[in-house]
Parts: sequence; structure tokens; C-alpha cells
Amino acid sequence: MTLLNRLEPVLALALAAIWISPLIFAFWAAFHASTDAVNFNLGAAWTLDNFRTAWEGAPWLRYFLNSFLLVTIVLIGQFLLCTLAGFAFAQIDFRGKDVLFVLVLLQLFILPEVLIVENYKVATQLGLLDTILGIGAPYMASAFGIFLMRQAFKSVPKELDEAARVEGCSLLGVLWRVYVPAARPTYLAYALVSISTHWNNFLWPLVVTNNESSRPLTVGLSIFGAPENGVDISVISAATVMVIAPLLVLFLVFQRQFVQAFLRAGIK
Amino acid sequence: MPDLAALRRRRHAIHGWLLLTPALVMLTTFAFYPTVATLWTSLFSRGTRRRPTEFVGLENYQRLFDDPTFWLVAKNNLLYAGVTIPISIALALAMALWANSKIPARSFVRTAYFTPTVLPMIAAGNLWLFFYTPGFGVLDQIGALFGAPSVNWLGQPETALWAVCAVTIWKEAGFFMIFYLAALQTIPPDLKEAAQIEGASRWAYTRRIVLPLLMPTTLFILVNAMINSVKLIDHLFILTKGGPSDASKLILYYIWENAFAFFDAPAAAAMTVLVLAVLGALAAFQFFVIDRRTHYR
Repeated sequence: MTLLNRLEPVLALALAAIWISPLIFAFWAAFHASTDAVNFNLGAAWTLDNFRTAWEGAPWLRYFLNSFLLVTIVLIGQFLLCTLAGFAFAQIDFRGKDVLFVLVLLQLFILPEVLIVENYKVATQLGLLDTILGIGAPYMASAFGIFLMRQAFKSVPKELDEAARVEGCSLLGVLWRVYVPAARPTYLAYALVSISTHWNNFLWPLVVTNNESSRPLTVGLSIFGAPENGVDISVISAATVMVIAPLLVLFLVFQRQFVQAFLRAGIK
Repeated sequence: MPDLAALRRRRHAIHGWLLLTPALVMLTTFAFYPTVATLWTSLFSRGTRRRPTEFVGLENYQRLFDDPTFWLVAKNNLLYAGVTIPISIALALAMALWANSKIPARSFVRTAYFTPTVLPMIAAGNLWLFFYTPGFGVLDQIGALFGAPSVNWLGQPETALWAVCAVTIWKEAGFFMIFYLAALQTIPPDLKEAAQIEGASRWAYTRRIVLPLLMPTTLFILVNAMINSVKLIDHLFILTKGGPSDASKLILYYIWENAFAFFDAPAAAAMTVLVLAVLGALAAFQFFVIDRRTHYR
């Protein structure tokens, strides 16, 4: 054993400690009065006051509801559009398909985030400002999702498809009865990636919403924590913990699936 | 009697287009049309109530190139990319090698590395405020133990961008680790045994066998990291708002500022076109260089 070999586990653990520490500090601060939190007074009393103050400081219930609706709408839209398009690219032969596919793949690089200026105009013209649909719409036909579903449908055995057709299934019937059930793991993976992306998304929701009726959590949190509002670090920590808690719990419970999901999503 | 094969081809074409229509309509509305419209907007002057917009050719670009802030922001973004990409990739590789080897508390270590990936950048910004705030921030308190003076990490031009970079690296490295982990698990164990029989050290095995096998993964991560160096700017809204005196301002933030704070849409459009050109070059790199071998089938 060289020195380096013995040092490695220590380094790995130290890095893990550093990586998790911002979260630990936030939790610590959220449950303590700000003076105790700042002084790292380990014996200090635990309190829920910060959560009470934070909760009263903004319409969080509205924000939670908006974020929840947003991820739901985006997910439904993505499943629908990407299933149909992925199926066409995977199983139907027609002229122009390859050109279309390259066009779709281009969207992997034309990020919706970069197009905020013109997308704002489009959303205005379609009357989508300050609506949840307006926040979600640009992400529904995701090139990434289409690609993912195409790969999943391609690996479905041709015999299943033919058997269903012999039974008299229509094209959509085959898609619904054979392909969609076969791609269930891919749907789960895509759902986890999509939910965590849109629960966390910020810039476009910030641009397209102007009042609290449609604002998601991230935008609400950024406004709540703005220095102009002069909230103290413990209250901000409490609000932050509140916002990340649902996803964090989901992640800790479904950790395996999450990691698998990101893997499945990343490997082409 | 019509040709059966031709009929079938036609039916396929109709089905194909019908299935693709919903996605194509959405892509056109929110990706292709806005791309073209951005180019169009960038060629017109900013309209006021008195003077309507008029075609000005490349004047907006000229104006942009004359704007010292634009150059500062572009330089910042290059530095941001140059710092965050290599460091987060190197860390991701180290994390993956560790999380894949026999170390104590492996599952805790893996979870700790990956957790930032599921947090929003806005929340990340708030978490890191706790480190950076002068006076009572964690960094200052640690510094004070060693007698170092208080540093306003986010408030001075020399350190603000670096502080922003650190948050990005923290957020990204665990995400990239996942792809390395996946690739590591596809390396057949025989290779390791063979290397051991040959008496190769672990370091030699890693450098000569593992790293070359991870090359395609590295390229994939590299492209993603480059995209992220344009995209990941949310924490600026919390940490620095691009300040002090634009020292930590990045391109996408400046685009947002031009469009929605200064209401100068043509300037924002011109900048967007430049960003799209860079991303387009990246796409070409991906399609023609990287994917040449990993054919999509």
C-alpha cells in the first residue's frame, strides 16, 4: 500500500463532506435562531420559528401549487408529443424522415433558455403570459424526449408488433398496447429527469410570469430572498429547505431510480 | 390495379407526418420560428413611440462590439467556461473512480456527490450565501480561525466570478460523475485481472486502460459542460446580480438584462444570435466529429 492508496478514502470522504456541507448548514440554520446559527452555537435550542416567519412572508401554497401544476402539465405534454414523434421516427419509414430527425436534434442545442427574448414575444402573442401553460409550452416538444422514446421504441421486438397487427390492432392501437407498455422503464426515467428539471427551472418562468398567480417556487424563492427584502439568513434557509424538501425527499426515497434515470437519459 | 407497395408507402408517409405534426408545431413555435425571428430582430433598430423600427443592417452588432460591457461579459463567460469545465470534469472523474472502488461509506459518498444535481440553482445560491457572506459566512469564520481578514467574496470584482464558478462546479460535478460511473461499469473485469497478473499498478491500470476507455464519455460530458457554461446562470440572480461593476456578469444574464431590464430587444437579439452561432458550432462538432463513430441506429 502506497501512501496515496491510503490517502484516497480520506480524500473521497473529505470531498463528500464538502459537497454535502452547504445543505447541512442550511438545515442547521433553518432550525435555529439566526444569532445561534451564525455563531455555530451547537447547544442552542431548536426552533420552527423561521419556518413560521418564512411561510407568512410569501404565498407559498400558491407557489407550491403552481410548481406542481407546471411539472404535471409539462410531463403530460412531453409524454404525448414525444411518444407520437418517437414512434414515428422509430417504426415508420417515410421520405424526409432523416432530415426531420436532424432538425429535431438541433433543438438539443437551441436551448429554450437562450431564446427568451423571442419566446417572450411568442408567448405574448399567444396570450400565454402569466399562465402555467406559458411556462411549460416551450419544453413540451423536447428533442431530448423524442430521442429517448425513439431509442426505447427501437428496441421493442418486431414480433410483438406484428402479432398485434395480425390481431387487428390499428397503428395507434399497436403503439398504445405494445410499445408504450414495453417502454415503461424509459417513461419512469424520463419522468424523474423532467420533474426535477422543471421543479428547478428558473429563467424562463421568471421572464414569462409577472404576478404570483402563476409564479413557480423557484421564482417565488428568488423574490423572497432578495436582499431588498432584508430577510435574515435563518429565514432564507428555512424557505430554501421548504422549496427543496419535496424533491430531496423524492430523491432520497427513489435514489436508485434517480441515478438510473439520469444514466438512461444520458447514454445514447 | 394500383401498385400495392406504392399504396403502402403513401400510407406510411401520411401516418408518419400525422404522428410528427404535434411535436413539429410546438418545435416550430418555440424553437425554429424564434431562432429566425431573433436573427430578424437583430437587424432592426429599437422602436420608440415616435420612431418605428427600421432596418439597420448590422448596426446592432456594431453597437454591441463598441460596448465595453459586452467584451467584459464575453471574457467573463470564457473564463467561466475555462474554469468550470475542466475542474468539474476532473472532479467528476475522481468521484466516479472513488464511488466505484472499495471505500468506506460508499453509498453515503455517492449520495453526497450527487445531491446538488437535484437542487435548483436558486436554492444553491441561497445555500452558498451562507459561505460567502462577509462577517458571519462560513469561509470568513474559518479564515478568522487562522487570523485571516474578512473577505467580501461576492462584493469585490477580484473574487466574485470565482465564487460563482465554485457554485457551478459544486452543482455539475456530481451530475457528470453519473455518466463516468455508468461507463466504468461497462469495463469488463477481465481487463483489471489481466492488468494485475501483468503486475501493473493501479495507477498504470487507470491511466493506460480506464482513461482511454472513458474517452467517449468524456467527450459527451464535455459537450454538455460547454452547453451548461452558457445555460447555468440562475445563481447570479441570488449571489451577485452580475456585479460588482459587471465583474461576474455572464452572457445569458446580460441578454436577460438587455431584454427585460433595459428594454433593448435588438441588442439582446444580436447577442442571442452570437450565442446561437457558438451553440451551432458545438452541434456541428457533436454531429460530425463525435457521432461519426457512434452512429445513431
